[in-house]
Parts: sequence; C-alpha cells; structure tokens
Amino acid sequence: MSTNGYTSWAVDLAEVGPIYPFQGYEVLMVIVGVVFWIGWHRIQFVREGEHLEKARHTGDEEKVKAQLERY
Amino acid sequence: MDGNLNALTTVFTEFYYWVTVVFMFLIHVGFCMYEVGASRARNHMHTLMKNIMIIPLVTVTFFFFGWWIYWAFPNFPFWGGLDTEAGAANLPWADTMATNLGDRITGVFWAAFLLFSWTAASIVSGSVIERIRSSALWVHAVMIGSVWWIIDAAWGWHYGGWMVRILGYHDAYASGVIHAIAGGYALGVIMVLGPRLGKFAKDGTPRDIPPHNPWLLTIGIFLIYTGFWGFYAACNVPAISPEAIDGQITGVTWTATNIYLAPTTLSAITFNFLMSLSGGLMAAYVISKGDAFWTFSGGLAGIITASAGNDLYHPIQAMIIAAIGVVIVYKLHYWVERRFKLDDAVGAVAVHGYAGFVGLVISGFVLWGVPSSPYEGYATINPIGQITGAVIMFFVLGFLPGWALAKIQSSMGVLRIPEEVELQGLDYAEHHAYEDAKAAIIEADKQELAARAGAAAK
Repeated sequence: MSTNGYTSWAVDLAEVGPIYPFQGYEVLMVIVGVVFWIGWHRIQFVREGEHLEKARHTGDEEKVKAQLERY
Repeated sequence: MDGNLNALTTVFTEFYYWVTVVFMFLIHVGFCMYEVGASRARNHMHTLMKNIMIIPLVTVTFFFFGWWIYWAFPNFPFWGGLDTEAGAANLPWADTMATNLGDRITGVFWAAFLLFSWTAASIVSGSVIERIRSSALWVHAVMIGSVWWIIDAAWGWHYGGWMVRILGYHDAYASGVIHAIAGGYALGVIMVLGPRLGKFAKDGTPRDIPPHNPWLLTIGIFLIYTGFWGFYAACNVPAISPEAIDGQITGVTWTATNIYLAPTTLSAITFNFLMSLSGGLMAAYVISKGDAFWTFSGGLAGIITASAGNDLYHPIQAMIIAAIGVVIVYKLHYWVERRFKLDDAVGAVAVHGYAGFVGLVISGFVLWGVPSSPYEGYATINPIGQITGAVIMFFVLGFLPGWALAKIQSSMGVLRIPEEVELQGLDYAEHHAYEDAKAAIIEADKQELAARAGAAAK
C-alpha cells in the first residue's frame, strides 16, 4: 500500500507522471481548499465587524485628539 | 572532469549550491534583525553580537569536525562503526577540503550544510535573548550547529542514514533535522535558564514583552522567508542521472532529487513552499486574531510543518497541513508558557520545534507506504518511523543535550547574567565604553553650545 501509488523507485522515470499522495482526489482537495479560503473570508468579515463595532464605542475624546495631533 | 556533459553538470551543480548559500545568508540577517527588533533597546548590541558571533564559531568548528561527522556517522554508533572511508575526504586536513581542481563540489556542498548549521544555532539564540551569557550561548551554538544537528543529518538526512534505511524516515526540507531539533534544544536551555525578569506576575500570569521595533522584526522575518527559498533549493540535488544514483531507478531520464536521491522537481517545491506559506499565514491570522507577529511567524511555521513532505505533497495538501500545524503550534505555545512558566522570547520553540515535530507526524500518515529512498531494502515512509524520528530529533538529539549542557553551565554559574545587569541592560554593562563615550560627547556639545550662547549674549 502506498498513498502515491509507488512502493519502490524501481521504475523508468520517463514513464512516471504525478507522484503526490491521493491521486484521483484532486477535485475533492480543491473543494476542501476553496472551503478553507471562503471560510477564512467569512471568519474575517465577522470578526472585523465585531471589532469595529466595539471600537466605535471605546474612543476617549482626549485620546482621539491626541491621535489626530500625532498624525 | 572527463567529458563535456560531466563538466557541465559539475559546474552547474557547483554554481547551484553556491547561489543557495548566498540566499541562505539572508536567513541569518533575518534572524539578527528579528532578535534585535524583539529585544528591548537596552540590550540591542548584546543581542546582535550574540547572534553575529555564531557565524565564525560554527563555521570554523563545522570545518574542523562538523562536516566529517556527516559523512562518518550515518550508521554510528548503533548500526555500525564510523564510516572512516567516506569521512576521510571530509577531514579538515584532506586535500579535498581546499583549493583542488580534482574536486570542485566539496566546498559549496560543505557551505550549504554550514548555513543550515548557522540556522540551527540561531533558532536557539532567539529564545534566550536578554538574559543568557554570550559565552554560554556560543558553546551551545557550537554544540547544536557543529555536533548535534549534523549527527541527526547523518542519521536521517543522508542517503545511507540508518533512520532512512530502517525507519523509512523522510524529512525532505528538514522539519525535524533542523527545526524540531533546534526547537527542542532551545526548550531544554530555557527550562534551565528561566524567564526574563518581569515575564511572569507573582500569581504566575505571563506578561507580554512587546518588541521594541516591530518594523525591524517584520523585515527580519521577510528576509527569513527569502532565505528559506535558498534553503529549499539547497536541499535538492538539481540534476542527476539514474546511473549516478546507482539505485533501483531504471532508464536514462535525469531528474532533480531530494537529499535521499529520490526524485522530485523544483516545480513541486515551488508550489508547495508558497502554498504552505499561505496556509500558515491564513491560519495564524485567524487563530491569533490578527496579531501581526504571530501571523508572520505562522507563515514560517506553516512552511516548517509541511517541509517534511513538500517534495511529494500536492499543493493543497501542503496548504492544509501548514494550517493544521500552525493551529497546534499556537495553542501549544501558550499552554506550555502558562503550565511550565517558560519564556520563549521569540516563539522559537513553537515555530520551529513544535511545527517540525507535528510536520513529521502528519507526513507519516499522508505519505504512508511511499518509498523513502531509491535504494533496495529501505523501509517505506510510515507513521511509526516518522513519530520515532520526531522523538529522536526533538527530545533525544535536541532537548536532552541542550538541557544537560545548560544544567552544567548553570551549576558552574556561567549560564545567566546577574539580575542587576539584566535590569540595567546588557548594553550598559558590556558596552559601557560606548555609552560613556556617547554621554561624554553629548555633554561636551551641550557645554560648547552653552558657551557660545553665553558669548553671544555678552
């Protein structure tokens, strides 16, 4: 058993193509990858929204002025 | 060099490794910048000099004995004696370790391994900043850079190493042989060294000690990424024929190989380097809630986690493995910090040690049954072999030697700087001449200014 289909390198490399594990599952891997990517955006939108909502109520007027002066 | 093809291959390979060495120099530049950026202003020069002097000390010792260890130790001491025949050409007095028209490759190959040695030592250096004595760290640097890591390379990162042959150990881009061992070694040292003053409150709550210069730190880690490209290239043999490999591969098709002389491609490692960097960055950003430095370090930890199998993985596998590794590493770092009150100043134990360990374990499952070597009779890659390999790298050759040497140094009173010096800052204590000279010239200029103002007023 081998996850990439080769159990030894006793082969002619001219006849070898892909050597990554789980060949045949490329579409599934892409789906997993895309879920990871889209999920990341989703988490980020939610978190940033919460953060900004919290931040808009935490500003102290004097500190905000100081920030403006600081440039 | 007889024959044009042989000459061309030799010169190409010679130049190839030479370029990787130049790239890998940036890893050390990056480590220096990262450490200095992470340290407080009163410790800058000490932190910088501590890391810079790793370069000459590891270089000369790697010339004297480190390189010989690699060639003599593949089966020593458990599975055979020293390979004195292979070692002979790599002894410091061998004529092949010098200017020699009959040997054009040893120097650049030696240098490629040497730059890995600097990296191993530099990883340890980062975790101990602001409280270790330089003299103590430099002994550790020699031991991890020119002894322990190169023993693990002989065992598990050599086409004839016993771990490769018997365990089926596979670690193409050094998750274990550089990162797990150096992280484990750093853990052993900081356990004895103790945390920086103020790191933990009286109730044991850890305090953050933020970097004094985040921009220097940022550029530092990006330089480490850049140098990592050179590292990846240096782990490959760029072009070799089946005849030269002399293993089971048939036909006449030349190939690039990993360190075990098993086939891979530069294309594969380019895909996988970037996808594992990306998976690491994305996971670290989420898990650390956008913390900049954990995100940067997560990119590195992602690559390190996937490195064991990045010669073979599909790019999406590399991305997901990197992301999984980073989540584990982040959680483990804070759990260890709270549970054992350990101060890993730059997160080196986590980013290198835990990531390397986790990467080896994952690769054992994902690459189960894949041949580790082109030679007959070698075990194929398997989870037991990879887990055993991870334990050997992190604990046996990393943690234990680091802890033992630090214990000896501690008992002799030469490990840690005095508390008074830690509080006033190492730059004042060790570079007081610079500080005094600076203060004197500032005072002189002020007096000159006052005198001129007085004269003008009259």
